[in-house]
Amino acid sequence: MTETTSAPVDSAAAGSTAGEVAGRSPGQLMWRRFRRDRSGVVAACVVLFFFAVALFAPVISRLYGKDPYTRYGHEREGLLNEFEYPVKPNGGIDGEFWFGLEPGQGRDVFTQLIFGIRTSLGIAVAVTVLAVLTAIVIGVSAGYLGGKADYLLNRLIDLLMAFPNQLFFVAFMPIVAALFVDPAEETPAYIRVVSVILVLWFLGWMTLARILRGVTLSLRDREFVEAAKVSGASPWWIIRRELLPNLVTPILVQATIMLPTFVTTAAALSFLGVGIMEPTPDWGRMFARGAEVYQSDLTYMFFPAGAMVIFIVAFNLLGDSVRDAFDPRGQR
Amino acid sequence: MIRFLLRRVLGATVILLVISAVTFLLFYSIPRDPARLACGKTCDPESLAMIRASLGVDRPVPVQYWEYLVGIFAGRDFAAGPCPAPCLGYSFRDQSPVLETILDRVPTTASLALGGAVVFLTVGLALGMIAARNQGNLVDKGLSSLSLVMSSMQIYLVGPLVLAVFVYHLQLLPSPRYVDLTEDPVGWFKGLLVPWLVMSIIFTAAYTRMARSTLVEQLREDHVRTARAKGMSGRTVFFRHAWRGSLIPIVTILGVDLGSLFGGAMVTEFTFALPGLGRLAVNSVTQTDLPMLMGVMLFAAAMIIAFNILVDAVYAWIDPRIRLS
Repeated sequence: MTETTSAPVDSAAAGSTAGEVAGRSPGQLMWRRFRRDRSGVVAACVVLFFFAVALFAPVISRLYGKDPYTRYGHEREGLLNEFEYPVKPNGGIDGEFWFGLEPGQGRDVFTQLIFGIRTSLGIAVAVTVLAVLTAIVIGVSAGYLGGKADYLLNRLIDLLMAFPNQLFFVAFMPIVAALFVDPAEETPAYIRVVSVILVLWFLGWMTLARILRGVTLSLRDREFVEAAKVSGASPWWIIRRELLPNLVTPILVQATIMLPTFVTTAAALSFLGVGIMEPTPDWGRMFARGAEVYQSDLTYMFFPAGAMVIFIVAFNLLGDSVRDAFDPRGQR
Repeated sequence: MIRFLLRRVLGATVILLVISAVTFLLFYSIPRDPARLACGKTCDPESLAMIRASLGVDRPVPVQYWEYLVGIFAGRDFAAGPCPAPCLGYSFRDQSPVLETILDRVPTTASLALGGAVVFLTVGLALGMIAARNQGNLVDKGLSSLSLVMSSMQIYLVGPLVLAVFVYHLQLLPSPRYVDLTEDPVGWFKGLLVPWLVMSIIFTAAYTRMARSTLVEQLREDHVRTARAKGMSGRTVFFRHAWRGSLIPIVTILGVDLGSLFGGAMVTEFTFALPGLGRLAVNSVTQTDLPMLMGVMLFAAAMIIAFNILVDAVYAWIDPRIRLS
């Protein structure tokens, strides 16, 4: 009865076949639950769309025929008026400039936005990866080693959590930049990006580390870990093969919470004028520019702001669905 | 109570000391030339040399930190001017002690934080209660979608939009500015109304969600069932019993939020051009004023810790089962 049926059965229908018991890994179960969650699937598609735009920004801009740096409004007559605002209504939107022109600089908004999304998502992904790696190293060592190491690492987490983080991000930017270049000189764009990543990473990993420490602590004394120990496995092997697979759930759930906050925090830094600077295209920098010109040209901010709200809502929805898929007992 | 407070204050001082040490170490040992960062955007060699001598940047960083600590209690004298105790540093750009500027900015930040908290606490809790009472039906679902969208909003998106539409175009709301409360209470209220409202859009959602989920949990608790079994009306049970029990987690996040807001609501202050601590911090970054940054960091950390202690004291008042020991 429990053996595989002779006729090939569609795996999706297999679950409903009477008496059929098929072994499924937790990953497969999670994937099945996730697929049934309609809002989660839609949100995932939206999020993937944004990542695709970020990834293929150079290709899109090649097809579109413009780049985010050229000052079209200055090169061509009739695009900007004497006050350097777009001549055409609605921020200069037309068939050629899909999202309009930037007031003053006269650059194309569409390519600036897609390259801006590229910069922002690149930073957020880099910070998330760094923060997750740090959290794994610190959280698992604290939980697995226990004793003095656990105590010290916990105090370190306590201390960093007591920092006024928003203020720290802002205050720490020039310090990190001054590590690479003399403050008297102009800071190159890539150093700005690296500084933002380092600053966000510095205070970004503690929550996950604390969660992983807790999970590791509870797994450490379970039978399968004991069994591995008795059979002579090295600590490294136990951590890699026995513990890490069990940590995938909290890591994925926490990463879906972390990534959008890194996007918005990095954008806030650029908005405040301490993050990414001209002329690097950046999502947050567009809000800084938008805040300068909104009284005369509100349309400039419309597309970046709309895109950001859609992205964050979709990512938050996705995060909720991932959580539900991993932990069906949990209630929202 | 007094023993509890004393112990907490002592512990807080230790944490503050460690935070100040770490911040000082980071600020004065990572940059290649800290004196250059203390000098300001336009810096002539003369004042740079003076600052180098004043800060003693050639000496080891721990020694510099020790002098900084001594300065907090005994005051310091810089070549540029005196800095009476408690001296949190001397801003060479402003030619004045850091603490003077900070205290000057506190009323704005405090007004912003407290007024904003009144708005987002009232609205957030009210919406949370409505959602909890209508648990599972359309109102609840609508409110939870609303709070999802609201929590995804950012002040830097909503702020300019509200300003452009409601303040400048329709002229329904007064334009934001800071007037001292003691000078002109009406002007104070009018000037801060828009910042309070915009700030609340972002904060409300967290309180709505928290209030809803804890209330729903509380309604399943034994003491609520007992109260119901005694024949109390639904309303009494809700407001007297369930409501009180749901306050603890709300006070916790309120403490965290207020603590960080008192250290400066950077994006809000920047968007509405309010002269608060957050804007001071941003300006010190763009104009490279390291001593000022150090002072603001320390002040903000102190605020966060102070609100932590306050929250612990409030716990005991809400829930007598929690002992202050």
